[in-house]
Amino acid sequence: MTVPRTLLEKLWSAHEILRREDGTSLLWVDRHLVHEGSHHAFAKLKERGLKVEAPELTFGVVDHYAPTRAGAVAPDIRRMIETLGENARKHGLKLFDLRDPGQGIVHVIGPEQGLTLPGLLINCGDSHTSTHGAFGALAFGVGATEVAHILATQTIWQQRPKAMRITIQGALGAGVTAKDLALHWISELGADGARGHAIEYAGPVVEALSMEGRLTLCNLSIEGGARLGLVAPDQVTVDYLKDRAFAPKGAAWDAAVADWEQLSSDADASFDREVTLDSAVIAPTVTWGTSPEDALPITAQVPDPAQMSGARRETVRAALDYMALTPGTPLNEVAVDQVFIGSCTNGRIEDLRLAAKVLAGRKAKVPGLVSPGSAQVKKQAEVEGLAQIFTSAGLEWADAGCSMCVGMNGDRVAAGKRCASSTNRNFRGRQGRGARTHLMSPAMVAAAAVTGHLTDVRPLLEGRT
Amino acid sequence: MKGWTTLQGRAVALAQSNVDTDQLIPARFMSAPRSEGYGKFLLHDARQDDPDHILNRFQTADVLVTRRNFGSGSSREAAVYALVDFGIRAVFAPSYGDIFASNAVNNGLLPARISEDEIEALIAKIDDEDVSAQIDLSSGKAVIAGIELSLELDPVWRQKLVNGWDDIDLTTQHRDEINAYRAARAKTHPWVVPTSKDGAAP
Ligand code: SF4
Repeated sequence: MTVPRTLLEKLWSAHEILRREDGTSLLWVDRHLVHEGSHHAFAKLKERGLKVEAPELTFGVVDHYAPTRAGAVAPDIRRMIETLGENARKHGLKLFDLRDPGQGIVHVIGPEQGLTLPGLLINCGDSHTSTHGAFGALAFGVGATEVAHILATQTIWQQRPKAMRITIQGALGAGVTAKDLALHWISELGADGARGHAIEYAGPVVEALSMEGRLTLCNLSIEGGARLGLVAPDQVTVDYLKDRAFAPKGAAWDAAVADWEQLSSDADASFDREVTLDSAVIAPTVTWGTSPEDALPITAQVPDPAQMSGARRETVRAALDYMALTPGTPLNEVAVDQVFIGSCTNGRIEDLRLAAKVLAGRKAKVPGLVSPGSAQVKKQAEVEGLAQIFTSAGLEWADAGCSMCVGMNGDRVAAGKRCASSTNRNFRGRQGRGARTHLMSPAMVAAAAVTGHLTDVRPLLEGRT
Repeated sequence: MKGWTTLQGRAVALAQSNVDTDQLIPARFMSAPRSEGYGKFLLHDARQDDPDHILNRFQTADVLVTRRNFGSGSSREAAVYALVDFGIRAVFAPSYGDIFASNAVNNGLLPARISEDEIEALIAKIDDEDVSAQIDLSSGKAVIAGIELSLELDPVWRQKLVNGWDDIDLTTQHRDEINAYRAARAKTHPWVVPTSKDGAAP
C-alpha cells in the first residue's frame, strides 16, 4: 500500500534530483522568469564567466520599471530596461520587451502565455511567484543569489516546507472576492501566520473560483508568510490553458492533461496544519494599517491601540500614526485622495470587469490610475469597452506594468496622500515615500472612487449583473 | 564571500514588528549598482524622518535586535545588501520572512531566531543604550547585553555562514545527477519544454 501524499509532496518528489543528508533537496527548475530586478544575478553570472544553463526554460519580461504613461523616461529607469534586454540577447532568452504584445507583469503573463502549467517548478526573483501555484505548480520567489544559481545550473537547493491546508467552506457572498478572502485569513493568522509552510487552498469556495480568483488567492500567500500557495488543477485549469501560446499542443497536450489529473492531494493525506474558514463571515475587507494583517471588514471601525497590550499596542499606534487615522472612526468614513487598480494581485481581465461594473455610468470623485496587468489584458479591456468606462468615470487608462504597486517606474502616490489600491502591500513607503495605502478588492477600489471614501461596494452592485 | 565563526561587536535594538523589505530599502534605490555600497540606503526613509532613529544615534552596529516578521515582503536581496553594507552581521528576531532569511544566509548575515520573551527582555535591557554582543556559531551560543542565548541553527545555514560557501560550487559537483535527471524528465514529461520560443499565436 502506498502512503497517501499531499500535492506538495507529489510535486516535490517529481522535481527532486537528490537530497542531502541534512534534508535539503536539489530541485530541477522547469521555468525561470526574470525581470529588470534580476540585474544583480546576471552581474554575478558575468563575474564568474558563466552562461545560462537552460535558455529554453528561461523567460524575461519588462514589468517593474515599465513606463505606463506617456512622457520622458528617466535615465536610470531606461538603463534598467536596457540592461535586461542586453542580458536576454547575450544569453539567448525569449524577452517580452516593452511594446511586445505579450508584455505585462511577470505573474500575469506567465499564465496568460501558457508558460505556467500544472506540475512545473517555477522560480522568479520576486516574492509573488506564489501566484503561479494556482495552477498546481510548485512556484516560489527567490533572491538574487538564488536567481544566479538557477541561471547557472537550472536547479535550486531548498528544504521542503511544511504542508498546510486552508479549507474554505460555503460560498462567497455578492461583492466578496478572492482578495477579501485572502485579507481575511491573513488578518486571522497574521502576516507570518503561514511561515515555513506551503498552503494548499481547498474546499467549495476555491473549486468555484475562476483561474483569476485562484491567482489572486495564491498571490497573497506570501503576505501571510507562505512562500508557496497551491490549488489542485481541475477542469477550470485545463480550460484556461487550452490553446495558450506556449502551452503544449496536440499529443503533448493530451499527455500533459493526463499527467495533471494525478495532481491532487490523496484523500487521506495528512497535513502538518489544517485551517478551516467559514466564508459566510467574510465581508468586503480593507486594510487600515501598514501590514496586510491589519485588515478588517469595511463595516468595522479603526481599531484602538489603548485596548491592546505589549508590542501589539506600540505597533498599532505607530501604524495609525503613519496612516493618520483616529481610533474608533468608522472605516467607511475614511476619505481617500486617489485610487489605483492594477498589479499582479488584481490586474487581470476579471478584476477590470468587476471594477467597471461598479463604475459604469458613474463618475469618480477622486483621481485614479488603472494599469492593466498585461498588454493582452489591456487590449481585451478595450475591445470589451471597459477602458471607455474607466475614462468616462474620470480615471486614467495606462499601459501595463507594475506601475503604482511599487512605484519603480515613477508612478507614485505623493507623501501624505491616501490611496485605495487593489495591490498587495500597504507597507510604509511602498507606493511612494510617505504614501498611505489601503488594500482592497478592485470592486472596493471602484466604490471608493465613486464616493471619495472607503465604501462598502455591495449596495453599489445591487441591480447590476 | 568570507565566512565567519565568531563575532564581537555592538548590538542595537529596533523595537518594531513587521520591518518589511520596502522599509529596509525603498524601491527607488534598487537600480544602483552594488559597488556603490548599499549601507546608506538602510532604513533610509525612517532614518531621514527621525533624527533620533537608533541607526542615526549609532553610526555603526554589528547586531540588530528586533521584533517579529523581520524582512517580510519582497524578495529583494538588496535589503540584505543594505544591512551587510551597513556593517550588520546578525539579526535577532522571533520570526523572519522566509525569502529574506535565505537571502541573508547567502550573504553571510545570520538571521537568528529566538523567542518573543527573549526579544522583549533584550529590548528592555538594550533600551537606549548600545551594548556589546558576542556570537559563536560553532557552539551556537550568543551573549547580548549580558543575556545568554542559545541559537537554534540550521546545520546547512551554519555551514554556509562559517565557510562563506557559494551554492554554485557545491551544485556543479552534482553535474552527472543533474544531467541524468534532465534527460529522464525530457522523456517522461515531453510537454514541459515549450516547443516554440515565440509561442504560437493565441
Ligand atoms: S505588481 Fe507589484 S507585487 Fe506584483 S510583481 Fe509587480 S511590483 Fe511585485
